[in-house]
Amino acid sequence: MASLRGVNKYLWVGVFLLPSLVGLIVFTILPIVSSLWYSLHDWNLLSAPEWIGTGNYIELLNDPSFWTALRTTVLIIGLYLPLAFVMGLGLALFLNARVRGMVWVRTATFLPVVASWVVVSLIWKWLFNPQYGLINIALGAVGIEGPAWLFQPESAIVAMVITSLWKDVGYVALIYLGGLQTISPTYYEAAQIDGANRWQLLRRITLPLLTPTMFFIVITLLINYFQVFEQIYLMPMRDSAADRRVEVIVTEVVKNAFSYNRMGYASALSWVLFAIIFAITFLQLRLQKRWVYDEGV
Amino acid sequence: MRESNVALNASTKPSVTSPSPTTDSNRHSLSLGALARGLLIYAAMALIIVVMVLPFLWMLSTSLKPQAYILDTTPDLIPNPLSLESYTQLRERIDLARVFFNSTFVAVVGTIGQVILSAMAGFAFARMSWHGRNVVFTLYLATLMIPAVVLIIPQFILVKSLGWVNTYPALIVPGLFSAFGTFLLRQALLTLPIDFEEAALIDGANPFTIFWRITLPLVQPAIATLVIFSFMGWWNAYLFPLFVARQESVMTLPVALAALQGGPRALTEWNMVMAGGILAILPILLVYLLAQRWFVAGVVSSGIKG
Repeated sequence: MASLRGVNKYLWVGVFLLPSLVGLIVFTILPIVSSLWYSLHDWNLLSAPEWIGTGNYIELLNDPSFWTALRTTVLIIGLYLPLAFVMGLGLALFLNARVRGMVWVRTATFLPVVASWVVVSLIWKWLFNPQYGLINIALGAVGIEGPAWLFQPESAIVAMVITSLWKDVGYVALIYLGGLQTISPTYYEAAQIDGANRWQLLRRITLPLLTPTMFFIVITLLINYFQVFEQIYLMPMRDSAADRRVEVIVTEVVKNAFSYNRMGYASALSWVLFAIIFAITFLQLRLQKRWVYDEGV
Repeated sequence: MRESNVALNASTKPSVTSPSPTTDSNRHSLSLGALARGLLIYAAMALIIVVMVLPFLWMLSTSLKPQAYILDTTPDLIPNPLSLESYTQLRERIDLARVFFNSTFVAVVGTIGQVILSAMAGFAFARMSWHGRNVVFTLYLATLMIPAVVLIIPQFILVKSLGWVNTYPALIVPGLFSAFGTFLLRQALLTLPIDFEEAALIDGANPFTIFWRITLPLVQPAIATLVIFSFMGWWNAYLFPLFVARQESVMTLPVALAALQGGPRALTEWNMVMAGGILAILPILLVYLLAQRWFVAGVVSSGIKG
């Protein structure tokens, strides 16, 4: 709006921006600042907050349950991420094929993406029921005795990773598809004239040109899964060996804040999670400059 | 914005990267190998569809079985006898109409508010030049880096001190101000020519008229994408509503649904839980199937943009 001038211009900027900016300050930026402040206090919501400086952070680093939660989070990522990365790529290459009816496959793979984590967790909790769930019934039909899944910590983690893969694979594939579409067909035409076979096209053209997308996917999934919550919170069976034994960082935060009313300690925990995510993002920016080209905005 | 050209022409565009029964049909058009590969591809397609859809169908099937039949180790996908018992059971357990209304109200008001606020702020960032614009925009971007879990505690305390616990404002207001939405619409506007808006301004239209009559229709694709993602976010929200809306009068579906699972030692009535799941999932599936194009465009474009 180049023609607006002076006071009049700022009046209009105010009209358009202030509702959003004031809201953002009050409900996002101020809370961020107060969360930092809480993290330096001992506070149970009942008595006045007591300043303890870095006390919460020091306690946290000496708290075995923090390290257990971090280890579990990393374990889940370690199982989930490579599989999501590979399955997403495979699915994207498959969906990209020019076959009649493929649009139905695409629609089907995105159904779990739009469903809520609550519903997905409950569906799979029922499927993973050791006695009456479809999975163990199917395993039983081929003579395998299925595990107790969500009743034991180890098998619960496997079950939650399977559920996560089912929910996310369509999303990952869709990002890959976006990357595939940025590859110019001329590369393939040229290579085919030179007699390249299908495998060579994939190996020498598709995969190298897909590296920016792959990089983006790894970073996005890392950031998302350090914050994994709903499935871990909802899926393990109550009162079983798995209950309260599979904790990740976010469930630790929630437990400390809303079960134990340890607002300061929980805030400190959430800032440690922020630090991890910040480190990943920082690493991304550094690495991206080195070996991935930027398309610009 | 790439939305417009990205609406996944993948399925219609010739592709050489992937196996397809037609690619090298010139060489051996009727060969057994090509036929086998075609069959293999269709088998794989069927398998993927089954894996993705069967859990939903099983949920539907369980929800239509009487309580006594769900603990059957020879399961039938088609319920026999068919029964709506689970749904009546669910209605007795929770105030279904109320909870459904709460979810709808929060999602609709939240989506409209978020989209309008984002569009207005995006307009101020993309179409007006003012002192401090870059600083304020950087502030918006910086908030995007903060994980939701950092915000939940201070937002909960803020909502509590405002006396909003167990009211609609607690569910709606903290989520209205979306830096992501603002960013999305600013980027969309930057790719569009400003000519129409400039012309209208010279003709004496005020900025609000321009925004409403010219800008909004121009960024319709980006708005559609934001509406879908916003609605999905509101409808599916669990973590924050779980702690600020515990009373049934304001409780939303995901919270009510998760609470249906058996308490300590109690057996979960899975047919009822699955009935609730069906009700929770129907609206969002409908939105998705009707607006699939914008959903796909949204993931692809934000995927590319990062």
